[in-house]
Amino acid sequence: MTCLHLLLTLVFAVSLGTPVEIQRPRGVPLTKKQFYEESKPFTCLDGSRTIPFDRVNDDYCDCKDGSDEPGTAACPNGSFHCTNAGYRPMFIPSSRINDGICDCCDTTDEYNSGAKCENTCKELGRKEREVLQKMAEITKEGFLLKQQLIEEAKKGQQEKQSKVTDMQENKKQLDEKVEALRTVKETAEQPEKEAKERHLKAWEEQKAAIRLEKDKAKMAETFLELDDNEDGFVSVSELQSHAELDPDADGTLTEIEAQGLMGGAEQVDTSTFESVWPKIKDKYHSEAEEPAPVETPPDEVKEPVVDNDSEPYPEDDISEEEDEDDEDEDDYHEDDDKVMCLCVVQAQPTIKTPEKTHEDEEAMPPYDADTQALIDAAQKARDDFEEAEKALREMDDQIRNIEKELSFDFGPDAEFTYLYSQCYELTTSEYIYRLCPFNRVSQKPKYGGSETNLGTWGSWSGPENNKYLLMKYEQGTGCWQGPNRSTTVKLTCGKETVVTSTSEPSRCEYLMEFTTPAVCQEPANIDPSPHDHVEL
Amino acid sequence: MSAMFEGNALSAMQTSHCHTSLNNYRMGLLSVVCVSLFFSSTFAVDRGNFKTCDQSAFCKRQRALKPGQSPYRALLETLELSDSRLTLQLINDNNKVHLLLELYRLQGNMTRVKINELKPLKPRFEVPDVLIAEPPTEPLSVLSKDDNGVVLSLGAENQRLIVSARPFRLDIMEGPEVLLSLNSRGLLAFEHLRLHKDTQAQADGAEVKESVDGDQQQDEGKKDEDGESEKEEDGLWEETFKSHTDTKPNGPTSISLDFSLPGVEHVYGIPEHADDLKLKTTDGGDPYRLYNLDVFQYELYNPMALYGSIPVMLAHNTQRTMGIFWLNAAETWVDISSNTAGKTVFGKMLDFVQGSSEKPQTDVRWISESGIIDVFIMLGPKPSKVFSQYASLTGTQSFPPLASLGYHQCRWNYNDQEDVKSVDQGFDQHDIPYDFIWLDIEHADGKRYFTWDPHKFPQPKEMLQGLMDKRRKMVSIVDPHIRVDSGYKIHNEITSKDFYVKNKDGKNYEGWCWPGNSGYPDFTKPEMRAWWASMFAYDQYEGSMENLFTWNDMNEPSVFNGPEVTMHKDALHGKWEHRDIHNIYGLYVQMATAEGQIQRSGGVERPFVLTRAFFAGSQRYGAVWTGDNAAEWDHLKISIPMCLSLGLVGVSFCGADVGGFFKNPSTELLVRWYQTGAYQPFFRAHAHLDTTRREPWLFGPENTALIREVIRQRYALLPYWYQLFYQAHKTGMPVMRPLWVDYPKDTATFTIDDEFLIGSDLLVHPVTEEGSRGVTAYLPGAEEVWYDVHTFQKHNGAQNLYIPVTLSSIPVFQRGGSIIPRKDRVRRSSTCMENDPYTLYVALSPKKFAEGELYIDDGHSFNYDTKKEFIHRSLTFANNALTSSNLCPDCNFLTSSWIEKVLILGASKPSKVLLKMDGKETPVDFEFDTSMSVLTLRKPGMNAGADWTLLLQ
Repeated sequence: MTCLHLLLTLVFAVSLGTPVEIQRPRGVPLTKKQFYEESKPFTCLDGSRTIPFDRVNDDYCDCKDGSDEPGTAACPNGSFHCTNAGYRPMFIPSSRINDGICDCCDTTDEYNSGAKCENTCKELGRKEREVLQKMAEITKEGFLLKQQLIEEAKKGQQEKQSKVTDMQENKKQLDEKVEALRTVKETAEQPEKEAKERHLKAWEEQKAAIRLEKDKAKMAETFLELDDNEDGFVSVSELQSHAELDPDADGTLTEIEAQGLMGGAEQVDTSTFESVWPKIKDKYHSEAEEPAPVETPPDEVKEPVVDNDSEPYPEDDISEEEDEDDEDEDDYHEDDDKVMCLCVVQAQPTIKTPEKTHEDEEAMPPYDADTQALIDAAQKARDDFEEAEKALREMDDQIRNIEKELSFDFGPDAEFTYLYSQCYELTTSEYIYRLCPFNRVSQKPKYGGSETNLGTWGSWSGPENNKYLLMKYEQGTGCWQGPNRSTTVKLTCGKETVVTSTSEPSRCEYLMEFTTPAVCQEPANIDPSPHDHVEL
Repeated sequence: MSAMFEGNALSAMQTSHCHTSLNNYRMGLLSVVCVSLFFSSTFAVDRGNFKTCDQSAFCKRQRALKPGQSPYRALLETLELSDSRLTLQLINDNNKVHLLLELYRLQGNMTRVKINELKPLKPRFEVPDVLIAEPPTEPLSVLSKDDNGVVLSLGAENQRLIVSARPFRLDIMEGPEVLLSLNSRGLLAFEHLRLHKDTQAQADGAEVKESVDGDQQQDEGKKDEDGESEKEEDGLWEETFKSHTDTKPNGPTSISLDFSLPGVEHVYGIPEHADDLKLKTTDGGDPYRLYNLDVFQYELYNPMALYGSIPVMLAHNTQRTMGIFWLNAAETWVDISSNTAGKTVFGKMLDFVQGSSEKPQTDVRWISESGIIDVFIMLGPKPSKVFSQYASLTGTQSFPPLASLGYHQCRWNYNDQEDVKSVDQGFDQHDIPYDFIWLDIEHADGKRYFTWDPHKFPQPKEMLQGLMDKRRKMVSIVDPHIRVDSGYKIHNEITSKDFYVKNKDGKNYEGWCWPGNSGYPDFTKPEMRAWWASMFAYDQYEGSMENLFTWNDMNEPSVFNGPEVTMHKDALHGKWEHRDIHNIYGLYVQMATAEGQIQRSGGVERPFVLTRAFFAGSQRYGAVWTGDNAAEWDHLKISIPMCLSLGLVGVSFCGADVGGFFKNPSTELLVRWYQTGAYQPFFRAHAHLDTTRREPWLFGPENTALIREVIRQRYALLPYWYQLFYQAHKTGMPVMRPLWVDYPKDTATFTIDDEFLIGSDLLVHPVTEEGSRGVTAYLPGAEEVWYDVHTFQKHNGAQNLYIPVTLSSIPVFQRGGSIIPRKDRVRRSSTCMENDPYTLYVALSPKKFAEGELYIDDGHSFNYDTKKEFIHRSLTFANNALTSSNLCPDCNFLTSSWIEKVLILGASKPSKVLLKMDGKETPVDFEFDTSMSVLTLRKPGMNAGADWTLLLQ
């Protein structure tokens, strides 16, 4: 049977350097001493009932709130106060009284368990002071650095802001310039177009004349060929030998059909043949077995100057870089065709390959000097226009980038600005971790292997009172049968900006610790001396 | 953890390429290739990895044999009766093969029936190390004998055993009642050992490959082997399953026997299956299968084999409980049929009204691939008697260290020492008690068990000391697959001692498991087990300390690239095939590990070892859990029948992974699982590597509070759990029981498996439905009253009680008539509560009576056994007096625990309460709550080991 009487503790408190003994029941903080008066019955602190004072700390729980047993483990919801002179006072759950584990550095929680506890308060106090001091130094220096960061950020921000303003001003001018050059270009292109059309027309007329000459020659040749008996007439029977001329395509050219072709005449002479020729020339096969010449339709005539570049681009925002990418894609495609098999429809190449059509004997003659001058003038106007347009696009990009940067939440005083577009690495035994604030977190095996995205910038996600203590990076590479990888970056005050540790507390959920001056708080003017007189 | 290979995960992954083309105005073709992976989201076992009866040649063969006239005949003239052993030859009239039947009457109302070949070509395997001793026998006597058979007397209980000669059958009778019949359906089938034609042919120097069986048929056509035609039989001498060929050098060796149970409609047991408590009939489906397998993402409500096997079935009706223990460690299938199955209650009523003469009957058939028939018939008649009968054969539940009944925090994996430390601190920060933190496979250096990852766990002793300072403990995993690695001490020693299992060609058997290529120590060898045990010595297992315990996983054994994810049946354990010993391999692993833990302390400390695979007798070595379940409501529900089934056949220390191993539980499911798990014997939270963290404080303060509360309830009840385990250890009574065990005549209880009893005195109906607003609990016993343990409200027995529930509700009732000691001062760990005082919860029966027990010892050593250092008190409330009396007067143990409070539920208000102790009477303060009739005695203060009486006047 355990008899635990009302045990009073002697508390040595340091007040103005003078030790004072203050008697109160075990486990009661000084702030509550007034409720525990030995001469009076005790009223539970929740007021639920009043009990004789000898039931306080008698190792039996009478009060629902546990207040009658501040110094024993009897109440499930009680708490025990240790003074911890030399260190900081604390409350522990009653269940830790006499459980064989030293919780209070002043050993007062283990007064009846046989646990051998040593008073470590002084040591702990000293260590804590050291830590606090070090922390204070770090905080102080860190906070100074933070001020600089804020200054720089403000300056940078202002610069950027004014740069954006300037650029927007410049952009206006550029806009105007582009419009002006567009007009110049269009103005120059009109006479160019007309001159080119003229040139083309003249050439086409010339070509038509040549064609007519050729046709006549062919007709004469044909007449001679058809006129087998060389009597100066082509007769029905002579025509009938050319079955390919059969109008109803039944394989034979009957007499009546031949007569029909000859306009009802029995025979025709060279002049009358002129009216027969158009009816047969498309079908006629020369007896010399020459293949029928294919007429090149005039609309397919190639222009002599390759002027693809002068065509306007419908997708004129395609940059050079992307063009290169496209080429890469094409290269990949070549390979893919060999290996990929489970593919959907493969679109036909639509690249404008040079037409392998039968070469026109007569190429278009070069432009005359006047036309060429107009073309050159138009080309220059186009080049000028494009250059200006490109400059405008570049400026737009720059403005957009700066605006994007300015739109980030870099903290209440923009103190996190300096982290933007920087990256910080930590190498562990297996991996190189890389944190690029406001951008992404990644992990790369130390000895080769591809990089894994551990998340891209999501949001600040610290507690409500200071969301800037945690960064959340989300939607990284997906995990096997699991979520996408994500990383929480915990920011602590430090003089240096450095990733101090990484871990994966849960599968595919990473935790990174990161020190930066940007989270250093203004050092409070606290006295890092022991708390032993706080109570008084 | 489970194997997720064998084509499972990989085939679940479908690869598809999509190939899109875009036209680019300038550049022509722009082709974008995207390759996407689709993951299979279906969550279920890949059944194709595991055999059906049809795919297991012997099962198919045996099952093709239908009930009918048995070809076996007893040769009565060969009968020999010594004092307690009867032998008799049987002959198969089809093939003239002689069998030897042995009958024994065992002490404690049991009968043992053994059947083996009279002259086998070579010895057949008989399972060693399961029986704790050769069971003591009782005299048998012949009552009568004629040409038709023999009648034997089975001792004093008016029981007779009738041996019928033609056809052979056995009937056990009590008075005019047939209790049980063997071979009454003629399904005794014993495939005798024979020479393979190949072997004979090769001996002749000729190579005959094809049509061997056909030749045999012609040669031996007149004999017609076993009455079965072998002519087209595949799989006699070789069978292939999914590219794995079993060479079967011994040919067909299977055995089968049927049992008829007249008057029985309810059979239970034969774990492990993820199925209801009451076994179902197997007509039209597969039989229940017993074959220890590592099943990835197991399915519920089917007879597929799981991680462990206990070939024990209980049969129960209102009159009697019996058991059949089929001692065979080979692959086994159990068919169950019933003449009342499928009949509706109305149909049964009609039978009754119309006076249908058909008596309900359950027929059971056991089929095993090899070995002999060795069956123990436990005749009860009470459930408790069957438990003690089975315990007398295979031993009882080991008495676990008290701390192992506390809460266990596990995860695959706690990453490193820092992680362990922060989880440990998390429990203190949130004021949640726990006793054990667990380390899964990632803790070891490259999955080399008995080692520590040098980066993650560089200072294991420092870590263990940190836990010891908090009076807490740790478990590390030690699996039986050993990494083949010449730089690994364990592997090198096993190799040099030649302790590995061999493949059919006599080389070391190798298979894939967690470390990659692995060897499997031959745990069937006593020398191997002794060596393994020695590896747990503190100087061998570097970094281990006395608060480090062990978890044996993957001990089916799991072989990722083996047939059915386990070992090839033609692998060799000395002269025996793996086929013969398969189901007992896991038992041996745990046995050797537990022995190692005992030895490291010089035989003083009790071991704690958790195993996934088990067999009959595994209860002697520690705890089991239900393997790799999932975070699904149905998996929470099934944990109850799964552990109840195990409890019925000796394994009391059972639990399921709280929260579910695979997948992430919803917060509600997690809370409900804690509430259920806190009232199951082995209470461990565990989670798969790919799940998100789920320590109890990660789900918001409300849920943390709910989980804290239920873990605290568990800790307050530890004295009761401990006492029940002591009882289980002493008597074989299950700790967690189906209601029918205590209410054997109440048919309403026979199929209940959504609630259960802890001991006789606590009834638990966990909430296992999502979004539940109420549960209906059956309170058994017409004479009983039950008290809600939270409100002390009294309810009458023999009723279905609707209980409205919220997320904080855990319906638990204390039986009127019981006394439960609790320690209501819950602390950080059970060890911290060692010297704390008790509160006695006295729940009065309608006759104002109650009784209970109090058991106390040091909680961790064998001194209770070797030095009788324990306190065992009987607590009785009768005639308005509560008395503590000594159940073990020659025991000696001193405790500083005392009685701080006594609550008497269902009491009336006394005028005075006196404590009588040491001849003195002192008044005791009390309070009386009229609304619930609860009398609280304030601080009577007597030592828990003392004699005392509290008088209510």
